[in-house]
Amino acid sequence: MSLTKLLIIWPGSPIISMLIWIVVMVVLLYLARTPAHRAIYSLARVFHNGFRLMSRSVMLAEQKLVQRNKEVLLSAGIESVERLIEREFHRVNSVVKRDLSGYPTLHRALSDQATKIDEDYRESSETPPPPPAWVSAVEAVANIPSQGDGTVANILSEIQKTSVGQYKSTMEEYRKSVGERHNLLKKMMPYWRRMAQTLEQVGKTITGLHERANVIDNRMAEYEGIRDKTDKAARMLTASSLTQFFISGFVLLIAIGGAVINFNLIALPMSEMVGGGSYIGSFKTANVAAMVIILVEVAMGLYLMESLRITRLFPIIGHMDDKMRTRMIWITFSILLVLASVEAALAYMRDQIAADIQALRQSLAAVEATGIAINSWIPTVGQMVMGFVLPFALTFVAIPLESFVHSSRTVIGVAGTAVLRWLAFFFRLLGNVSRYLGELMVNIYDLFIFPPLWVENLIRDKRRHRPEIIVEEEAS
Amino acid sequence: MKKYLALALIIFSAFLWGCPNTTSYSRGVYMLLDTSGTYKKELKRAEAIISYLLGTLQPGDSLAVARIDSGSFSEKDIVAKMTFDKRPSVANQQKRLFKQKIDDFVRTAKGSAYTDITGGVLQSVEFLNEAGAGQKYILIFSDLKEDLVKGQVRDFPIQVDGCNVVALNVTKLRSDNVDPRDYYQRVEEWRSRVEAGGGTWRVVNDLERLENIFQG
Repeated sequence: MSLTKLLIIWPGSPIISMLIWIVVMVVLLYLARTPAHRAIYSLARVFHNGFRLMSRSVMLAEQKLVQRNKEVLLSAGIESVERLIEREFHRVNSVVKRDLSGYPTLHRALSDQATKIDEDYRESSETPPPPPAWVSAVEAVANIPSQGDGTVANILSEIQKTSVGQYKSTMEEYRKSVGERHNLLKKMMPYWRRMAQTLEQVGKTITGLHERANVIDNRMAEYEGIRDKTDKAARMLTASSLTQFFISGFVLLIAIGGAVINFNLIALPMSEMVGGGSYIGSFKTANVAAMVIILVEVAMGLYLMESLRITRLFPIIGHMDDKMRTRMIWITFSILLVLASVEAALAYMRDQIAADIQALRQSLAAVEATGIAINSWIPTVGQMVMGFVLPFALTFVAIPLESFVHSSRTVIGVAGTAVLRWLAFFFRLLGNVSRYLGELMVNIYDLFIFPPLWVENLIRDKRRHRPEIIVEEEAS
Repeated sequence: MKKYLALALIIFSAFLWGCPNTTSYSRGVYMLLDTSGTYKKELKRAEAIISYLLGTLQPGDSLAVARIDSGSFSEKDIVAKMTFDKRPSVANQQKRLFKQKIDDFVRTAKGSAYTDITGGVLQSVEFLNEAGAGQKYILIFSDLKEDLVKGQVRDFPIQVDGCNVVALNVTKLRSDNVDPRDYYQRVEEWRSRVEAGGGTWRVVNDLERLENIFQG
């Protein structure tokens, strides 16, 4: 007996059977209304709470990530500002070493110049004229009345002559001494100039130091801001990191372009060394070898930059003592030099192989070489120079790489935060949707059983109105 | 500790260096030349195809050219065969030598009354397998009509597993003009024989587009 036959209650009339079934179902659903509503609400609440919990967890993770990002950012900022302050102190140190280390000598020179000037000044001081004590005696003699005495007149005349002569010789001596004093003062002029220059130089140095001190003050203020973990400092560092990320990414792309050109320059001649038909995996051994050479060059460049303390990607190199670091510099530079020379040789070989292949193709096509011959040494030399220079150029990849690595931490952190925030929002949305979905399901449930619900409401209304009618009857 | 580390590094390097990929990426090409009847006049075209092959094949690839004009195909029918050196400069020298041999052959080739394509295909499969080529190509420069010595049997299935068989410059015979169905039937017979033998079949008649040989 099939299920269809089982469902037909009224034989010969499926519509009536169906109606009976509907009535039965509606009655059953009406009877099960309260527990069904509870079940639907419970299910909706489970989903709602579950999604809200997930959203909360994600938000907590986001907050932790934000905190972590801030810490990383501030730590990087502190390191960066420390480096800048350290550099400023190095500059101050070098200025002090260069200019102020000779201060004792300078002081002595200034002291000597001052002594010399002092001596000259003293020598150039005006000598007072001889005391005029005899002038009153001369006046007394001059007042003696001559009374026509020729002797007295002669004496007085002699006295006058003598005093005039004396006056002349005194004046001459005075002029001479004044001239000497002027000469001495003239001699003092270069000393004054020299002293002025020396003092000007000292002034410049002091001004430079003052400017440096201002820079250090600004950096220190920045440093304190970061140490205090202010939001302003964090925002500034984030903006700076994003800028660094894009700039360093752009420079790295340029470097990758250089590496690709370098690769093409040495891949063909490498096949002459390692064979053109051998493979490692699905890659030609010659290509892999060329790539390895380029990567080794980049690695050597990184070590060189680390040893020079330009970058700080490998702390172990930075912590080496100066002697070891110097050794490291020379070793990495030597390896780079050797690799650059090898590349130049490979570039030359590439030119030779390319010319040979070209000649073979021409002979196979039975075509004679025609046209104006271009100076063949120009591309050859160009390729060799490129082969030699590119390894050294790749050395400087270390600088943008360091910036990229450091800034990518911040960028990844910011992106992760954004993703987590969206995820939290999405879970919250799902939670709310599931809650309202539960309500919707309850309403739909009620829609299926609206006839008994309508009857129920009718009966309830009647019961509610009945006491009012009784009260009205009693009142009348 | 450092010694052990260095030793491990050396062993690892040796392991990497000493375990090359066993998959062969080299190409092996065996070209069969039909010099019978009117096809002797087509040898200049065949020479152009060989020049294209020499210009295209890379160091480490193999190339052989053989004629199919004897009653029964054998080693003496091979005009030139070579596996190019892995160094490009040496491979270029080998290609020049190969070209010289082909030029000499084209200059001195004589027409033949017989065409044993099946025998040539069997020999080429052996050569390509021995050369260890990763991609195997058998090029048949012929009208695909076999002229065998009386009593020779060649209508048996051939094994060309993994081989790309390319028919080049399949010209129509005078009898084909009378009934073109003969031409299509010949091509179809060879297709079914090759595909039944585990190979792929292609016809390249436009010699301006020789790059189609290595496609597909």
